[in-house]
Amino acid sequence: MAASAEDIQSQTTQQRADELQGIGCSRKRKEDPRFVQGKGNYVDDIKLPGMLFADMVRSPYAHARIKGINKEKALALPGVHAVLTAEDLKPLNLHWMPTLAGDVQAVLADEKVHFQYQEVAVVVADDRYIAAAAIDLVEVEYEPLPVLVDAHRAMDEDAPVLREDLAGKTQGAHSERIHDNHIFRWEAGDKEPTDRAFDQAEVTVKQSMYYPRVHPSPLETCGCVASFDKVNEHLTVYITSQAPHVVRTVVSMLSGIPESKVRIVSPDIGGGFGNKVGVYPGYVNSIVASIVLGRPVKWVEDRMEHLSTTAFARDYHMTGELAADKDGRIKALRVDVLADHGAFDACADPSKFPAGLFHICTGSYDVPTAYVKVDGVYTNKAPGGVAYRCSFRVTEAVYVIERMMDVLAQKLGIDKAEIRRRNFIRREQFPYQTALGWEVDSGDYHTALDKVLEAVDYEGLRREQAEKREQGELMGIGLVTFTEIVGAGPTRTCDILGVGMFDSAEIRVHPTGSVIARMGTITQGQGHQTTYAQIIASELGLPSDQIQIEEGDTDTAPYGLGTYGSRSTPVGGAATAMAARKIRAKAQKIAAHLLEVSEHDLEWDVDRFKVKGVPGQEKTMKDVAWAAYNNLPEGMEPGLEAVDYYDPPNFTYPFGCYLCVVDIDRHTGQTDIRRFYALDDCGTRINPMIIEGQIHGGLNEGFAVAMGQELPFDEEGNSLGNTFMDYFIPTFVETPKWETDYTVTPSPHHPLGAKGVAESPHVGSIPCFTSAVVDAFSHLGITHMDMPHNAYRVWKQAHALGLDKRN
Amino acid sequence: MAKQHITFTLNGREVDALVEARELLVHTIRESLGETGTHIGCETSHCGVCTVDLNGQSVKACTLLSVQANGGDVMTVEGLADAEGLHAVQSAFIEDHGLQCGYCTPGMVVRAYRLLQENPNPSDDEIRWGMSGNLCRCTGYQNIVKAVHTAAAKLQQA
Repeated sequence: MAASAEDIQSQTTQQRADELQGIGCSRKRKEDPRFVQGKGNYVDDIKLPGMLFADMVRSPYAHARIKGINKEKALALPGVHAVLTAEDLKPLNLHWMPTLAGDVQAVLADEKVHFQYQEVAVVVADDRYIAAAAIDLVEVEYEPLPVLVDAHRAMDEDAPVLREDLAGKTQGAHSERIHDNHIFRWEAGDKEPTDRAFDQAEVTVKQSMYYPRVHPSPLETCGCVASFDKVNEHLTVYITSQAPHVVRTVVSMLSGIPESKVRIVSPDIGGGFGNKVGVYPGYVNSIVASIVLGRPVKWVEDRMEHLSTTAFARDYHMTGELAADKDGRIKALRVDVLADHGAFDACADPSKFPAGLFHICTGSYDVPTAYVKVDGVYTNKAPGGVAYRCSFRVTEAVYVIERMMDVLAQKLGIDKAEIRRRNFIRREQFPYQTALGWEVDSGDYHTALDKVLEAVDYEGLRREQAEKREQGELMGIGLVTFTEIVGAGPTRTCDILGVGMFDSAEIRVHPTGSVIARMGTITQGQGHQTTYAQIIASELGLPSDQIQIEEGDTDTAPYGLGTYGSRSTPVGGAATAMAARKIRAKAQKIAAHLLEVSEHDLEWDVDRFKVKGVPGQEKTMKDVAWAAYNNLPEGMEPGLEAVDYYDPPNFTYPFGCYLCVVDIDRHTGQTDIRRFYALDDCGTRINPMIIEGQIHGGLNEGFAVAMGQELPFDEEGNSLGNTFMDYFIPTFVETPKWETDYTVTPSPHHPLGAKGVAESPHVGSIPCFTSAVVDAFSHLGITHMDMPHNAYRVWKQAHALGLDKRN
Repeated sequence: MAKQHITFTLNGREVDALVEARELLVHTIRESLGETGTHIGCETSHCGVCTVDLNGQSVKACTLLSVQANGGDVMTVEGLADAEGLHAVQSAFIEDHGLQCGYCTPGMVVRAYRLLQENPNPSDDEIRWGMSGNLCRCTGYQNIVKAVHTAAAKLQQA
């Protein structure tokens, strides 16, 4: 049968759309050819003429007074150019620097060290071997002081005062301070109605849990190459930064060099995961050394320095409480947190949120009233508290609510899937105002849960578990139905150092129809060069292969707040769509001029404007691009480009439902992850291949945290987990196999309906692993086990219950 | 410190370098010889981003002294592609999305290349054990396993 003219038309429309490789296409990544050939350009690959190397003298003590520093022997070593201490930085007022959290941090230890491996002096030498040798020749005399490691003892009356620079100050950056080691108290929600709901509740449950100190530990450590041009007073810094524009602002404020003469370049970045958001002493020291010596200075951490000093994550001591009726319907939530921030408050949260977005901890549930309190304290540990593959303490928030749902279910003898179903925010309730102040934009939690339960045959798994229990075997089923909050954020509430958390895109269409676009974000493996081009391709009808994406150079890219907290697609992606729409609006006027019709007579069809009802009368975007440079309507300025600074009206709220099945060896505590099924809903899906890859990676990082990662300290404050011999990074062998699934619930306020995805699998999987491990013991009365669920700790639980006895 | 004169083959060409006895092979390759595809991640042989091929074996160049490579045959990621284009392992990593940030990728593809010489048709488990000296923080490994299978199939057809 001959195809009708209409069929041919629609077929070609579809073909043209496919050829663009726009939104929805699993386009192969444009980054990959250079990476598979070893032609990436990471910080340590940068080599400038005359470049020197910096290395740090670090404290062996967690808390000590510095009695003296003797540099003479180090300076006498051939090839050493300088040894700098806090005394040298003082005249420049650079011995302390502001943190992103309203605190200050020592660039080099000023009279006292506050944590083990703290930077005490910087050595600059001809190469990294000489620098490494020279740091051993710097003689530092210490007087050890009492060490505070346990956050629970931080506010004891007799606790040693850690921050002498703040002693006696009763007002901190965020609140009153009630002790010299207190940083802030932060509260959300309504205390009295919450307390009342607890007093009147039919059922209450309470569970304390510790979320261990962990470290994002990307495979590329932190580093920089600082190069100060004395003649032009121009500073260039190549740096491992997830937020180069913010770094430029901080560097300018610290150094006094005008922002226009500071160029920050984030080249290829070997993974960030939140670790590369902050400004570290090593960066500042390298910049100072370059200014002092007039030569480029490279500094790159080794792995031990990285794990010991650059930003950790979590370290939250949490107590959750739920009040409910006897059917398990939640009446109130109460959460109390003791937050260990280490020696300086160097979180990288939006300024107004010292506990990040922790108050998303009502989760996916309709919680009528809630109250949250977080107290931050100082201890003799490295500073940090960053969002490790999550959005500002959202991992902690999801962990506490998901754990509490299980605890409540167990108390009432209700299945953990059923208790979630009874408490979900229902589809028709969106947008939903939470008791703690958020407006959850959209969701469809029931559908996600049902899909997962059916896919894994939940009833069958429960039957199997019952049989296994009869035989004394330990099998656990974990279930999590999480909601994330990402895409910080609306500038009315979100800023970093006073700069609103918008993001930006600048798009230029060249006369031949190829495009260059620059964004304020910076990719670290997310594939921005691929996906941003797909957005522009769909919006402008130009093939994505002819769209070049650039990020990370502050001299060329528009100002943006960077990539962390899953904000690239929600904020940067929105800016990209909006800038493209500005271009299309201008293009429509040009097309109308070329076709000699009113712009209202035109309709858009994939890659061209058509005169409505007049077949054949059309101009492609490529035609328009050419005309934009030579044939314009009267009075219109030439060119075809636009910039957009996007201030999101709200956060986005991706969600998911994860299920995990574990089998535990009761004799050894070894936990086998038999199955992990992850359903994610990130709204509109721009590149399904990349989304799936991000989910695999996030799940694996979640597996690492739940099953093995921790940064422990002994009572002297010695770090016990700062190499890859001690710190768990899963290999191919122990990593489980992942099954992925999805639903699509577009964000109603995002121009593309997209929500962000990379962090959901990390945030959602961690409580799911705990849920599964605890579930294996739940019939024996166990309601919670702290992470990491390594074999030793799980065995201890089995042993305590007498399960490991051999008959 | 006295320097040693060493010569070896790097990606098929004869190279020489003056190195201190303490110098690590990864630094000689990256800094003296300018091939920066081989990376540094942990300096304790755990992460494998520095994996190179030395005399037909995968080695970790961050814990090997340069003088130990004297007279040897070294291949890094830069030596995989030829005039015909990318090696099958490289194109399989792109095809199956076996990389994200790219930092572990050079070590991964060099190791995968050697694994497939040792075992041209590996099972899932053989890939996972055979690649377990190389860490990745981004991919969750699943797509790398897939890519190694794809490369194995391509190489067997060739």
